[in-house]
Amino acid sequence: MRKIYVNEDRCLGCHLCEYYCAFAHSGKKDMVKAFSSESKPQPRLTIEEGDSINFAVSCRHCETPLCVKACITGAMQIDEEGRVFVDESRCVGCYTCILVCPYGSVIPGKEKAIKKCDLCIESGKPACAENCPNLAIVYEER
Amino acid sequence: MGINLYAPQFEVCRDQKKCIKCKVCMRQCANEIHSYDQELDVMVADDSKCVDCQRCVTLCPTRALRITKFQNEFKENANWTQQAMIEIYKQADTGGVLLSSMGNPVPYPIYWDKLLINASQVTNPSIDPLREPMETRVQLGAKPEKLEFDKDGKLKTKLPPQISLNVPIMFSAMSYGSISRNAHESLARAAEELGTCYNTGEGGLNEDFYKYGKNTIVQVASGRFGVHVGYLSAGAAIEIKMGQGAKPGIGGHLPGEKVGEDVSKTRMIPVGSDAISPAPHHDIYSIEDLRQLVFSLKEATAYTKPIIVKIAAVHNVAAIASGIARSGADIIAIDGYRGGTGAAPTRIRDNVGIPIELALASVDQRLRDEGIRNNISLVVAGSIRNSADIVKAIALGADAVYIGTSALIALGCHVCRSCHSGKCNWGIATQRPDLVKRLNPDIGYKRLVNLIHAWDHEIKEMLGGMGINAIESLKGNRLMLRGIGLNQKELDILGVMHAGE
Amino acid sequence: MKYVIIGNSAAAIGCVSGIRTIDKNSSITLISDEPHFTYSRPLISYWLKGKVADDKMYYRNSDFYDKNKCTTLLGKKVEKIDLAAKKVIIDDGSTVEYDKLLVATGSSPFVPPVEGLSNARSVFTFLNWDSAKAVKEAVEKDSRVVIMGAGLIGLKAAEGLHEICEDITIVDLADRILPSILDKQGADFVQKHIGKEGIKFVLSDAASSVKGNTISLKSGQKLTYDVLLVAVGVRPNVGLIKDAGGNVNRGIVTDNKQATTLDGVYAAGDCTESFDICTGQNKILALLPNAYMQGEIAGINMAGGDKTFDTAMPMNAIGFFGLHMITAGAMEGECVDLADESNYKKMFFADGLFKGYILIGEISRAGIYTSLIREKTPMDEIDINLLKVSPQLLVFDKKARNQKLAGGK
Repeated sequence: MRKIYVNEDRCLGCHLCEYYCAFAHSGKKDMVKAFSSESKPQPRLTIEEGDSINFAVSCRHCETPLCVKACITGAMQIDEEGRVFVDESRCVGCYTCILVCPYGSVIPGKEKAIKKCDLCIESGKPACAENCPNLAIVYEER
Repeated sequence: MGINLYAPQFEVCRDQKKCIKCKVCMRQCANEIHSYDQELDVMVADDSKCVDCQRCVTLCPTRALRITKFQNEFKENANWTQQAMIEIYKQADTGGVLLSSMGNPVPYPIYWDKLLINASQVTNPSIDPLREPMETRVQLGAKPEKLEFDKDGKLKTKLPPQISLNVPIMFSAMSYGSISRNAHESLARAAEELGTCYNTGEGGLNEDFYKYGKNTIVQVASGRFGVHVGYLSAGAAIEIKMGQGAKPGIGGHLPGEKVGEDVSKTRMIPVGSDAISPAPHHDIYSIEDLRQLVFSLKEATAYTKPIIVKIAAVHNVAAIASGIARSGADIIAIDGYRGGTGAAPTRIRDNVGIPIELALASVDQRLRDEGIRNNISLVVAGSIRNSADIVKAIALGADAVYIGTSALIALGCHVCRSCHSGKCNWGIATQRPDLVKRLNPDIGYKRLVNLIHAWDHEIKEMLGGMGINAIESLKGNRLMLRGIGLNQKELDILGVMHAGE
Repeated sequence: MKYVIIGNSAAAIGCVSGIRTIDKNSSITLISDEPHFTYSRPLISYWLKGKVADDKMYYRNSDFYDKNKCTTLLGKKVEKIDLAAKKVIIDDGSTVEYDKLLVATGSSPFVPPVEGLSNARSVFTFLNWDSAKAVKEAVEKDSRVVIMGAGLIGLKAAEGLHEICEDITIVDLADRILPSILDKQGADFVQKHIGKEGIKFVLSDAASSVKGNTISLKSGQKLTYDVLLVAVGVRPNVGLIKDAGGNVNRGIVTDNKQATTLDGVYAAGDCTESFDICTGQNKILALLPNAYMQGEIAGINMAGGDKTFDTAMPMNAIGFFGLHMITAGAMEGECVDLADESNYKKMFFADGLFKGYILIGEISRAGIYTSLIREKTPMDEIDINLLKVSPQLLVFDKKARNQKLAGGK
């Protein structure tokens, strides 16, 4: 299965992935519009910044995802392709997934449901990898 | 010293309606121009520090940024131009020599643009390179007078060492120090994939790059940095650098702050010490002295490597080249005054040296006249901007060209001419790890390969158009060129007729 | 092969999934005394609050039983396990044969021996959907509600009820709320927040008797109620195993493959004891994730696989009125207090290991902490100062990070 992989040696800490991710999930066609709306769209990844190291962390789509096992409502699921996704209508925001995710890649949502990387399922091209200027984020089979 | 007498050069224009305050401009500007004003919730910019490198413009996800010339004009004066005045203000401020980077930007004539290429019509057919074989491979090195074979048809003549290139294009000398490790890696990997050579410059060769040896030209310059027998043997050829087009007659100076652990190791000098390349080689005062160095290097490498002597294009370049051709060197590289540099005194860059087109034409003619043209190959450098420049160079007599600035542009350089600041936002002319990162060699090398492939296609198209199917048949074939808008003296030096003749 | 599972909640569903990773076709029979399609117990307070509709209560998609080829006997109570005949006997007299049996019977509310409580009016418990439905029936806008027990269930019930009625009083014998997961300071922090919503607390006190609509507390204070919710704790349902001669302490004893001491009988979920890797003790960890993972391991082993469960530890993620908290591990060893005005944070270290933590308010990425406890990562392998700042992958060395984010490439 193709996944998002991150190479910290290539990451510039430009945060474009964060913005493109948020935009991709904003439901808007225009980036300016997406970010000028009242509630700014939320990214599904976290950027860590050290002294001279930066990298983006998003869902690793584990083969045996603890978040899916631990989810108290059944909202967190894994599809046939192996993608871990959340049915936001069933998520009550208890954050048990945040408690168990070893990568810290589940993000508390502004609304009740949590947010996580869905590999941009609709477009099939994860926006973070598509728009990384330095191939620090790639979407590939390994 | 009181007030600043000159206005900023550039203005950062931000369309606040489009700006989403993602701060990518702020994070990516090594000159620290952009910042976020929390109180007003807007991004702001300090124009005075902008060098117009276009990094922010390129990365801005909403195209909210634009850099323009700062629209402020001194009172018009054809003699006292704004630029001339600003330079005086700067020097009055600092008392120092003005420093610049990259090639001569002054609007002197560009002879490439005054030369036109021929094409076949009716009487001799043009060739379609997609259907018929077309040779762009070249061999650099001295060619024997004649070839002798034994009775079995085997070659008896011992050939001098050659470098074989798949394309008549090499990457010119740029030291590790002046450009980043990632830039070097991009060049090395591209050279390997393309079957050509890149050049170490005077920075020595990092251990990790020995594996690209057969695609590497190792340089020996006046500072002799990083030179040892392993280094000499590592490359496909050895280049003695006598001069550089951007700053003929001048040495080099890599400031101590750029000499980090890695650079120190490859240059074989202490960390933090200035790397000063003297203006002359202190052991070379004549062609005879040069010959000694040429043969020392040949001796050190058991006569297996061609020796290149690189000089800047200066007034009496033809006579100098003639001397070099007799020094035992295998290849002459001539660098015109538009050749790039990581740092040069502005006055030297802008006023010293001559155009490569004229230098090439006169050197080729001189060597022919003296009957020694085959003793040596000719490589030219100093602002080759496209494949047409290459075709013209070859028709004027070059065997191959070096490209430096074009290669860097392929890597992202926007020729902002601020290399000397060490804060290259594109990760090319810098040693700052956070900036070096910005050039991903995986991307960089691919872009270089793409560029050269594209140029190779175009060269083949132009050759085919002329009804020629090999670089070798174009070499020195000045009948394929015509001048346009040139005076008789220029036409004579270039050895071409005027268009229409 | 015939699998029988007694239970229909997290452990049971985990078991079905575990079995189906290995055995795709054998029959699985789920027997539960609750009549519902598998639903999520922790959701009952959200349901009470009106935040989760009936159709979102279900723990799995409606095709779960079909897809996993499960037969269900719902609303049926298993009375006995007949070990010799390898069958379970149901309260209607019928029997179901098994080759492998899972007991996932969960727990029942504990009703303390308080004078007059057992025959008092309007007394409710709050553990399953039906009990929540009963509470919802009984509560009106002007009801006075008293909740006995300031634990997770009591407080979650309070939060749910708060949407319906205003007068809520919580009584607990302990000196603090959430005694099972928080220390005193942390509990005070949370209590202050819940108190702002108008919920009243009577701590370090307990009911001594109930008469009419009045509860008399040991302190002498009297509380009048319209609805009394008993949420002082639960007791694991161990009867079936005990009666069959299986080993039972406080909960059902299993090995790390979830096998009980009875041949062919496994147990998982709130009815069992787990081995807490943080303290090295066997204890009941009545937590949904734990139940699911135990069930899954049981299923795998029942189907002939070989997998052990050795990562059990106390952990909780819960929120009250918008204030979230996450805790995990053991609150013992050297305590590092990192609380500030708006967030509460404590970390516990012992023997060069990260042992446990409490986060209240800022809980982002807490799972990185949990994983360090779970993996028993030696603290000298990571940047402990960064770790104290926040959970982040920067605490690991480059190689470990590369493994996590780039698949080791």
